[in-house]
Amino acid sequence: MDRQNCFHCGLDIIIAEEIIFDEKGFCCNGCKTVYEIFSLNDMTCYYDFEKSPGATPQDINGKYDFLDNESIVSKLLEFQESSTAIISLNIPHIHCSSCIWILENLQRLQKGISTSQVNFPEKTVRITYNPETVSIKTIVYLLSSIGYEPYISLENYETGKNNVDRSLTYKLGVAFFCFGNIMLLSFPEYFEVKEFWLDQYRGFFRWLIFALSLPSFFYSASGYYVSAYKSIKSKMLNIDIPIALGIIVMFVRSTVDIVMDYGSGFFDSLCGLIFFMLLGKMFQIKTYSFLSFERDFKSYFPIAITKINSDISEESVPIYEVEKGDRLLIRNQELIPVDGILISEKAEIDYSFVTGEAIPITKHSGDKVFAGGKQMGKVIEMEVLHSVSQSYLTQLWSNDVFQKNVEQKHKTITDRISRYFTPILLLIAFSGFGYWIFIDANIAFNVFTAVLIVACPCALALTAPFTFGNVLRILGKQKFYLKNALVIEQLAKVDTIVFDKTGTITTNKKSNISYEGLSLSDENLLLIKNVLRASNHPLSRMLYDYLPVVILQSKSAEETKKLKVDSFEEITGKGIQAQIFGYQIQIGSASFVEKSEDNSIQQTSVHIKIDGVYYGKYIFNNQYREGLEELFKNLSDKYQIKVLSGDNEGERSTLEKLLPKGTELIFNQKPEQKLEFIKNLQEKGKNVMMVGDGLNDAGALAQSNVGISISENVNVFSPACDAILDANEFPKLDYFLKLSKNSITTIKMSFTLSLLYNVVGLSFAITGNLLPLVAAIIMPLSTVTIVSFVTAMSSYYASKK
Amino acid sequence: MSVIYLLISISIVVAIGFFIAFIRAVKTGQYDDDYTPSVRMLFDDELKIESPKPIQTIEEKQI
Repeated sequence: MDRQNCFHCGLDIIIAEEIIFDEKGFCCNGCKTVYEIFSLNDMTCYYDFEKSPGATPQDINGKYDFLDNESIVSKLLEFQESSTAIISLNIPHIHCSSCIWILENLQRLQKGISTSQVNFPEKTVRITYNPETVSIKTIVYLLSSIGYEPYISLENYETGKNNVDRSLTYKLGVAFFCFGNIMLLSFPEYFEVKEFWLDQYRGFFRWLIFALSLPSFFYSASGYYVSAYKSIKSKMLNIDIPIALGIIVMFVRSTVDIVMDYGSGFFDSLCGLIFFMLLGKMFQIKTYSFLSFERDFKSYFPIAITKINSDISEESVPIYEVEKGDRLLIRNQELIPVDGILISEKAEIDYSFVTGEAIPITKHSGDKVFAGGKQMGKVIEMEVLHSVSQSYLTQLWSNDVFQKNVEQKHKTITDRISRYFTPILLLIAFSGFGYWIFIDANIAFNVFTAVLIVACPCALALTAPFTFGNVLRILGKQKFYLKNALVIEQLAKVDTIVFDKTGTITTNKKSNISYEGLSLSDENLLLIKNVLRASNHPLSRMLYDYLPVVILQSKSAEETKKLKVDSFEEITGKGIQAQIFGYQIQIGSASFVEKSEDNSIQQTSVHIKIDGVYYGKYIFNNQYREGLEELFKNLSDKYQIKVLSGDNEGERSTLEKLLPKGTELIFNQKPEQKLEFIKNLQEKGKNVMMVGDGLNDAGALAQSNVGISISENVNVFSPACDAILDANEFPKLDYFLKLSKNSITTIKMSFTLSLLYNVVGLSFAITGNLLPLVAAIIMPLSTVTIVSFVTAMSSYYASKK
Repeated sequence: MSVIYLLISISIVVAIGFFIAFIRAVKTGQYDDDYTPSVRMLFDDELKIESPKPIQTIEEKQI
């Protein structure tokens, strides 16, 4: 057993803080407790499936008090009766087989739970329990105590049962059933020899084929008729018109053939065509069910909040019932859902969702606090100024961008080509008909239908879905998750890229800390670290993590651990003052340590003073993502790059050095200004890609042609967007863009190929020689070659770095 | 040779039977989650090794 990592969660153990229990090392008490729960219940086999699968349980005291409120709970439940209730909970931590095992064995940990079932792709667990023996609050507490804290947000409040649309699966099933059976029954016709028995049963076979084609024609293909009708109505020529036309003509002519006993018709090709096209559609849909691309503020907001009544009693109320003048209680790490005025003395509010700024802002009694901030530290009280729907942050969502139907703003490549294809096809069909009508009316009818059948652009319609489907999967494997296939086309068209600064090109994870001043001895470092440990300020914590663990040679590890802080005082907005080991230490802002400093360089720093001697300062710089410089260099050849930031200009000079010349840098941008900025670019005819992260970019992401959200943890937060990119893959952005361009090239090549097939087929058709056998060969052959061609090409481009 | 009517009818009926089975499987959501069942299936084996208690009691009785 590797002693360096926690047995439960796998994090590195700080040696001084290691807890040993049952011969296993744990990083903290939380992890140990989870292990205890499992070992008491004979469930240690949790650790057998996966090494260190757990998560440290978080402190959730009071966070789920709203689950006592019956009306809120009933909104969350899927099903409720006197002795059974079903709830689906979203648990972001689900990530391995151990998770599935433990969550499906919940009934062994808690009486009253009868079954629980995990849906791994969606990261949800569906729990059936008896509300008479166990409350939902107990279940949530149990889940949290074993490290699987569910994520309950305002979004859950409104969604009832969501109906999955399975119609495509049904259609595909029907089409395949018809296609397979018709193929089998058609075989005798392919080898049409004048044989007695075959001739005798021909009628039976043909009518059976006809009957089998009906469900495929009327049900499976119905989507194409509807789409063709709609596009004619809106006077746009899309690819579905020739498809629908081809299908109908094929069906009518085949029926006439059978009735008049001219031949066997093209039912096999017809059903094959429908099947393959639906297959392409299916292939193109690749959903990442654990991701949500349609998030708005609702998935960020809590479902309920603690309200303080006039008689000082506390009560959980649903967010929507919060009214102006109410008094609210906000706990540590809770989100402020509405605009209001702070009543408590002071608050540290982290606005990173809204502004992208990682360092919390200190507010004092009487200050206005805006919705979207997260309280850090103590419990605060506030008075409500606006209800949820009227708050500053939620107002952003009433912008038109969020109401717009995204499908409408883009024309697909297939639609653009079919604008030329459809009229030419009709022209050929009618001129063929016009030529033959003077020679033989019967042939003229045949030629007219044959042209429409052969040219029915099945290959054309298959190209895009299979290419995009393949690319979508390739990108998904590289942790670039696209909302749908349309995004690939839009990516290929982008000519301007706008980046958000904080959280997008910088990382929130670690700040780059540097020290300036007199050198600090090991002992001094140790003192500082010990003082910092007691502080909750985010800067203190960052610095604490940054400082190395020093073990003095003169003293043993045990002794250094015992170093006690004698007196400790944290002065809000200023710093820390502490007595330790006989030293007086002051850590804090420049004014706190009485150091005059010119404030022209806007940077975040922490100053150190020991025993009245000023030593120096730690500077917190933004840490830019790895590979940023190279990425920008590569991108700047082909794209216009702009950087938008909600921050002040403090980083301008660093950015200018880092980024290629000509990169436009714009600072102090509010969310609406970002949106406007994108809009202006678009009005100038640019195709804009926005890369952002926080809620503050939500408007810009929605307005842009392609909005990409960067996420450190794809399971948690990301605003509404077209694509989600795992932050670690950020340097690959230019590769992704190149791949999307290449996939368009693939489609164009394959279009040419399928047009060649059409020319060959048409030359058969126009001369009146289209035999069922020829049609039966050309149709699957073209399908197979096209599909394999596009798959091979897109995979080839993907492997080419 | 008229047996061919019978044979083909039977084959179609069988095919329809399977088709209905497929539709029902989709309808009940069997295809919604195609990952978890593959993992869940493996757990049953683990559980047998994991519950040694009843075996112990049997041994005690034998003594």
